[in-house]
Amino acid sequence: MRRSPKETEDAARGTHRRALLLGGGMTAMFAVLGARMHYLSVDQADQFKLLAEENRISIRLIPPARGVIHDRNGKVLAGNEQNYRVVITREDAGDVDAVLAKLAHIIPLTADDLDRTAKEMNRTSPFAPITVADRLSWEDLSKVALNAPSLPGVSPEVGLSRQYPRDTDFAHVLGYVGPVSERDLEALDSPDPLLRIPKFQIGKIGVERWLEDQLRGRAGTRRIEVNAVGRVMRELEREEGDPGSDVRLTINADVQNFVQARLGDESAAAVVMDVTNGDLIAIVSSPSFDPNLFVRGISHTDYNGLMENDHRPLANKTVQGVYPPGSTFKMITALAALEAGMITVNTSVRCPGYLEFGGRRFHCWKRAGHGAVDLEKSLSESCDVYYYDIAQRVGIEKIAEMGKRFGLGIRHDLPMSAIAEGIMPNRAWKQERQQEDWRIGDTINASIGQGYVLTSPLQLAVMTARIATGRAVVPRLVRSVDGKEVPVEEAPSIGISEEILRKIRSGMYAVMNAERGTAKSSRIADEALLMAGKTGTSQVRNITAAERARGVISNDQLPWNRRDHALFVGYAPYTNPRYAVSVVVEHGGGGSTAAAPVGRDAILSALTGGIPPLSAYPSSQRNRIESMLEKLPLRDAEGRAPDSSRA
Amino acid sequence: MSFLEYRVKFVPTGLRKVLHLNWPLIVLVTAVSAVGWLALYSIAGGRLDVWAGRQMQVFALGAVLMFIIAFVPIWFWRNMSLIAYVVSILLLLVVEFFGVTGMGAQRWLDIGGFRLQPSEMAKITLVMMLAAYYDWLDVKKTSRLFWVLIPVVLTVIPTVLVLMQPNLGTALILLMIGGTVMLLAGVSWWYFGAVISAVGATIWAVMASRGTDWQLLHDYQFRRIDTFLDPTSDPLGAGYNIIQAQIALGSGGWGGKGFMQGTQSRLNFLPEKHTDFIFTTLGEEFGFVGVFSLLVLYGLILLFCYVSAMQNKDRFSVLLILGIAANFFFYLAVNLSMVMGLAPVVGIPLPFLSYGGSAMLVLLVAFGLIQSAHVHRPR
Repeated sequence: MRRSPKETEDAARGTHRRALLLGGGMTAMFAVLGARMHYLSVDQADQFKLLAEENRISIRLIPPARGVIHDRNGKVLAGNEQNYRVVITREDAGDVDAVLAKLAHIIPLTADDLDRTAKEMNRTSPFAPITVADRLSWEDLSKVALNAPSLPGVSPEVGLSRQYPRDTDFAHVLGYVGPVSERDLEALDSPDPLLRIPKFQIGKIGVERWLEDQLRGRAGTRRIEVNAVGRVMRELEREEGDPGSDVRLTINADVQNFVQARLGDESAAAVVMDVTNGDLIAIVSSPSFDPNLFVRGISHTDYNGLMENDHRPLANKTVQGVYPPGSTFKMITALAALEAGMITVNTSVRCPGYLEFGGRRFHCWKRAGHGAVDLEKSLSESCDVYYYDIAQRVGIEKIAEMGKRFGLGIRHDLPMSAIAEGIMPNRAWKQERQQEDWRIGDTINASIGQGYVLTSPLQLAVMTARIATGRAVVPRLVRSVDGKEVPVEEAPSIGISEEILRKIRSGMYAVMNAERGTAKSSRIADEALLMAGKTGTSQVRNITAAERARGVISNDQLPWNRRDHALFVGYAPYTNPRYAVSVVVEHGGGGSTAAAPVGRDAILSALTGGIPPLSAYPSSQRNRIESMLEKLPLRDAEGRAPDSSRA
Repeated sequence: MSFLEYRVKFVPTGLRKVLHLNWPLIVLVTAVSAVGWLALYSIAGGRLDVWAGRQMQVFALGAVLMFIIAFVPIWFWRNMSLIAYVVSILLLLVVEFFGVTGMGAQRWLDIGGFRLQPSEMAKITLVMMLAAYYDWLDVKKTSRLFWVLIPVVLTVIPTVLVLMQPNLGTALILLMIGGTVMLLAGVSWWYFGAVISAVGATIWAVMASRGTDWQLLHDYQFRRIDTFLDPTSDPLGAGYNIIQAQIALGSGGWGGKGFMQGTQSRLNFLPEKHTDFIFTTLGEEFGFVGVFSLLVLYGLILLFCYVSAMQNKDRFSVLLILGIAANFFFYLAVNLSMVMGLAPVVGIPLPFLSYGGSAMLVLLVAFGLIQSAHVHRPR
């Protein structure tokens, strides 16, 4: 078929017209695309640049080294130990099972390790390193490094973990660190992002917890470039953080160690305090536990063992434990009466062995009675009736007030956990607590530190320090932080006349040095170090009238947990007081036999900075003391326990 | 038949044809391809062997094909149109039953290690078929219903086959190509008006029925439409690509981050960065200036196609050139709209830039046809 040229040319013209129309449409589309491109890469460029950077850059934290805790002489109490571990990277390992099997021949791997590794591997990206074994010895780590060529994807690593070289000695003081829990995070307003690092450890109790902010340090940051699946491509920038501040405590590690060993297996507490500035030289709770177990993650068996022990090793009895102070409270009653002018230092009371009041008999510990008793004798022989008498005259309010003045019934602020306030009862307290009126009988009980009165060993030490100095000494545990000394102000006077205090002190001196003193057998013989003190024996049960009629059973015949608590407070040297001590031996029996000897040894240890010199003891006791001291499981100069050095 | 045959004596013969090739178009196509090699080199982290090298080989092969096709007279290709069309339809059927499954769709035929995508071929053979049809058809019959239905059927057959793969993007482009050639051939506006109205009304009806008693689709189907239209509502799933693509484009700014400095592509935040989303790498590394230059290059390619078409009086040639140009444009427009977040994500490569053998070869073959039409145009 042949077409006329005109017809084809018409058709072509039509086509061209429509083509131009289409071309116009295309141009319009190009304009739209160009405009959109302009909008994206010019108008919105800044925002998209930011988004691209956010995609690309990830900030990782570098955990800082935790501050080291020293004793007053610079001995390390809590340090950071190199922790050797072996990690495996799945994508580099190739045949993971084969590599792990080979690794198990080189270092000991438990089935548990392998199990956990396999589980973690399924969860994480192939390029993320997974810890196979932790806390390896240097030898094992060297073996892994040596065999590296045949272990693809396996690499040895070094990290820091908390270590307590003097483990049991400082468990209660330092506490321990542990992994950050949800509860820890909730307790903080704006938790440090550092705490979100897996396996980061935070102070859980004790100094570790209360000085957490100083010890933690500031995290460093690593700006790294990551790709879409989170693999680290390179490090862009690194800013080192600041390690935590080092902390120096007031405690003398050697004295602490000696006192801990001296308390042995008893359920007991002892506090030694420098009366001049309040420094706590030793603050020991027994029995103790190994805080390193908690850092590593304590096993159920170990934990249950600690929980079920009736001597409560986990409790810090020095500040958490409260006990009736018994006769160690008598100084307070006497001070209240003297200060109120109800008695004078020469006032004498007759002790027939009991005081009858309102049809009830309050017995003196000495059933035969002490006869005529003045202040000094009341202390040295610990006559109860004397105090029953003067307490009635002065009343509970003044006694309670005096107790608080001397640091009883108030909370002393130390960086330790669960510090108890104790109880210094008065009328208002009883009314509020028991909705009952105060009775004279309550005052009589309180006068000898029984009844409602409860004090902690720390409070007793503070009380003794205040009696010894006449100043309101405040205990402290931290000597310096990050090299900066914590300032101590000279304690203000307690406001009791020196005459009265001197009389009390001489009574306490008589306790230890007079012929009939209750703690005479625990006296210090060295003239320069003479000691003053007071014993106490506090009942933990009520003695019924029937029981009394049968004759009071001696402590030895009672089950352990019903025996009396043994207490002792003291200070030395008598003429120029330096250290105060308080000892509580739970269910230890009599204060003069169970607590006073420990108090003497502790204060001698503080005075000499270590093991007490035999010369300080009365010559008749030296043989016995020497063999006792030799048997004590003391640490060596590096702080290693005797049995661990043998192992 | 057209008047082409009796003016043949003016058409250059032998090697003299080289002088009459549309050289600006060849240069432009090579330039755009070269940009693609650069981008592929950069995305591979400075490695030639990953993508760029192979892309260059495919280009070389395609260029040879282009020249061979250009030297063969255009009337030969016109006479081959029906056969080419039938062959491509058969291949589409074959791929339907024996094709290699990739990305959830049956698309490829594996021929001795070379992957052939019949759907790519079908775009060119459809243009050829329709151009030949209108060349053959009496111009006066163009708008008669029966003669309109024939090209509609010719378009719908490959469209349906591609849709079954399922490859929605290519199917839509086939429909648009068919419509464009028919429009250029002079089919009455009324038909287009009617079809557009009908499609529009259907879409409106479906969308309007949502939530009513006479809902035309299931809820999950509507939700699929939602994510299809607004991928940002699913930032880690369907929307991830498009969001990351826009971040890449936008973060380039005026001048870009520099060659091989694109963090989005180098660090794998961009998926499909070497294929459908290759434009984003360019935007990131060369910025607005670079991308705008590329758009100018594309615009020039289209312009030269138009100029060539306007110079040509042969009806087959004109429809062929414009059909191919329209095809090229649709690729471009759909891909760029998708990448820039103006259109939903459909799998359409960017011509001459995206990595992929079939698309590159088919495009070069198509430009060979344009060259042939240009060289052998009636004078």
